[in-house]
Amino acid sequence: MSTEQIQPAETFSPIFGRLTLDWIPYHEPILIGTFAGIAFGGLVVLVLMTYFRLWMPLWKNWVTSVDHKKIGIMYMVLGFIMLIRGFADALMMRAQQAMAAGGAEGYLPPHHFDQVFTAHGVIMIFFVAMVFVTGIMNYVMPLQIGARDVAFPFLNNFSFWMTVAGALLVNVSLFIGEFGRVGWLAFPPLSGPSFSTGPGMDYYLWSLQIAGVGTTLSGINLIATILKMRAPGMKLMDMPIFAWTTLITNVLIVVAFPVLTATLALLTLDRYLGFHFFTNDFGGNAMMYINLIWIWGHPEVYILIIPCFGVFSEIVSTFSGKPIFGYKTMVWATACIMILSFVVWLHHFFTMGSGANVNTFFGITTMIIAVPTGVKIFNWLFTMYKGKVRLEVPMLWTIGFLITFTIGGMTGVLLAVPPVDFQLHNTLFLIAHFHNVIIGGVVFAVYAAVTYWWPKAFGFRLSEKWGRRSFWFWFTGFYFAFMPLYALGLMGATRRVNMYPDAGWQPYFIVAAFGAFLILLGIVSTFINFYVSIMNRKALACGNDPWDARTLEWATQSPPAPYNFPQDITVRGREEFWRMKQEGFSWSTNYAPIHMPKGTATGVLLAAGALVFGFAMVWYIWWLALLSFLGMLVIGIGHTFNYNRDYYIPVDEVAATEAKGAMA
Amino acid sequence: MSPLDVTQPAPATGAGAAAGHDAHGGHHASPTPIGFWIYLMSDCIIFGALFATYAVLGYNYAGGPGPKDLFEPGFVAVETALLLFSSITFGLGMLQADKGRLNGTLMWLVVTGLLGAGFIAMEIYEFRHLIHIGAGPDRSAFLSAFFVLVGTHGLHVTGGLIWLITLVIQLRMHGLIGANMRRLGTLSMFWHFLDLVWIGVFSFVYLVRLI
Repeated sequence: MSTEQIQPAETFSPIFGRLTLDWIPYHEPILIGTFAGIAFGGLVVLVLMTYFRLWMPLWKNWVTSVDHKKIGIMYMVLGFIMLIRGFADALMMRAQQAMAAGGAEGYLPPHHFDQVFTAHGVIMIFFVAMVFVTGIMNYVMPLQIGARDVAFPFLNNFSFWMTVAGALLVNVSLFIGEFGRVGWLAFPPLSGPSFSTGPGMDYYLWSLQIAGVGTTLSGINLIATILKMRAPGMKLMDMPIFAWTTLITNVLIVVAFPVLTATLALLTLDRYLGFHFFTNDFGGNAMMYINLIWIWGHPEVYILIIPCFGVFSEIVSTFSGKPIFGYKTMVWATACIMILSFVVWLHHFFTMGSGANVNTFFGITTMIIAVPTGVKIFNWLFTMYKGKVRLEVPMLWTIGFLITFTIGGMTGVLLAVPPVDFQLHNTLFLIAHFHNVIIGGVVFAVYAAVTYWWPKAFGFRLSEKWGRRSFWFWFTGFYFAFMPLYALGLMGATRRVNMYPDAGWQPYFIVAAFGAFLILLGIVSTFINFYVSIMNRKALACGNDPWDARTLEWATQSPPAPYNFPQDITVRGREEFWRMKQEGFSWSTNYAPIHMPKGTATGVLLAAGALVFGFAMVWYIWWLALLSFLGMLVIGIGHTFNYNRDYYIPVDEVAATEAKGAMA
Repeated sequence: MSPLDVTQPAPATGAGAAAGHDAHGGHHASPTPIGFWIYLMSDCIIFGALFATYAVLGYNYAGGPGPKDLFEPGFVAVETALLLFSSITFGLGMLQADKGRLNGTLMWLVVTGLLGAGFIAMEIYEFRHLIHIGAGPDRSAFLSAFFVLVGTHGLHVTGGLIWLITLVIQLRMHGLIGANMRRLGTLSMFWHFLDLVWIGVFSFVYLVRLI
């Protein structure tokens, strides 16, 4: 295949902007195959949905729902869909690098390979990891604090659909135009107007900007929820650790994401209106971008991992049959990480040349972060110590995490030493390090959380057999895929190479590709698990509290009724549900009408407007951009004229729902 | 273990008790003020990033004009005065609203809106003038940073004006009901916040650079 980059000539029409038929990549067999597959799959889904008359239920019960549980589940569905996309990119890269040694070119031309690694990073961070942790926080946290819903249910729905709009825009770039070829953080000047002329970089900017709005608003929402909606009597220090980590993560989101918004906006102005923030000429300074993006980017990795620490804390405590060891140190360690995560950003570019003193400062702060993280590791270990540990599937993931994350953390401390970093900067050692902590931390936590809370969400467990298979494929696959990259990084292999002259590296890349294949089996096992378990849901049905857990979400029905709890629970301390179980409790039948928010289509309409707006801006279709912007303004303001946003669930309905739950 | 009724008032060591009714809005005060306050802090960080950018790039003139060639202290002083007075008039409107006087509230809101519109008009004039004399945002990194910081503030004030007009209409439709009082409260926070940001802009963008 030719390595020549094919870019249509720049033409502009008032109706279609710079979008021409040449931008449809019909000369790329891989993309055409993918498109055919997705189109066919989509058609099957459309036909089935129409046949089973599922459109109205989908619209009423899901799309327009403001129920935090439904929204949480939708986030998880989005996460798994995008995981397939992001992982397909990973397999393509692994296959390319396993082939392209010693003069061989492999099967991906450079301009395609560059899009693949950019899309892989962007999708995995923004539309898989972020989406998963947001989904888990959305589903679990309000239940854990005994709330009926989040503080701003409509905003929650809007946030979700903005995330979907961003994800869709990324996927549109696959079939109309191209994606950025700049790496996941899009450093200028490469991403600036001089060196990235096509629409790919603009897809990047607008999709992240749209999804970022959703993320920031969701962060505000969840903080307000924790501050204002806790069950009566629940003090902050009575909250489960997961609720604490949710609070701290969302503080990080609210502090960090505006920096991303501002930074991307400045780059957008450079690209669209000829400003000079990050250009090489007229006084622009590209290093300003790199500082700004990492001031967001470093807290971002803690935004991903801190809720996962919360997930593991809940699981370790439940399956060890003990309260979490060192509750207060756990909270304070998390708070320390929150603060420290803002003073380490420069370790991402020690090689910038800020001088020995600056590098030393950031090297030391980076190493200090290992201390509160170590506190957490020991707390989990001491929770297990002398506990009656049950090695159920969520606990397997937790132990896998403890081992893997510790290794990843140690390679991170190595990278924190500036002289070492000068050797390893931008090598595969770094790639191995952050996959070590993100797969070992975030992905394992997501799997653990899905297994752990699935019975709460659906009323039946996942298949244990397929859960174990999934774990072992992921766990071994991870080591096969990334240990060779550590070695390659030490040998000097840089990241993002699409071919390399040294045939001696090839065996390592082949082992890494084999690891990726094992991970593929892990992902396939997951979907088989979902299928098998849903088919066997009668046999796998379980009560409200299948794991003998300790926190409030297990006090109510599985799946919980829309109002979560039939009555408010007065909380007297930590692990209220455990205490309630000791005392023996049941819900009273003395119900009262429950005040609930109404569903609304405003969120999804606004997000649809944002998607059209983003697409129009990418292709310079100015009339459409203006039209969609005005449309969003009208819908948004129109929404504020609706004062009738809530209703009461009558007593009979509450009683009926609760009676049904008691029989199940 | 005998089941306990969780709705019974809890004895000192008893089981969890439940509030009887209206749990969603009952014992919880509205989360809107704290939620909006958190939003303002996130907005504050956007401005923080733009201030930082101005601090870093603000001396990169690229051979073009600098602050002393472009900024007129008198003009900016009038702009500032308009915005500061609009905060006072908004405060007067809030006092009227607290007393339940709809007409007084509306009157002061309209005055606030006019002062805000005057501010925006002056800013647009200033931007047009700068672009006209060849000192547009594409001239140098300094001017890029200047236009974006001041312009972002201006966009916020414009958004505030749209919100203010919307709220005036809603006040006329529904009066000073609870929902509208909450909206007035949040708009008031927004308006004073923009005032505060402007004091930063006035000091660091204009004043310091004119000394």
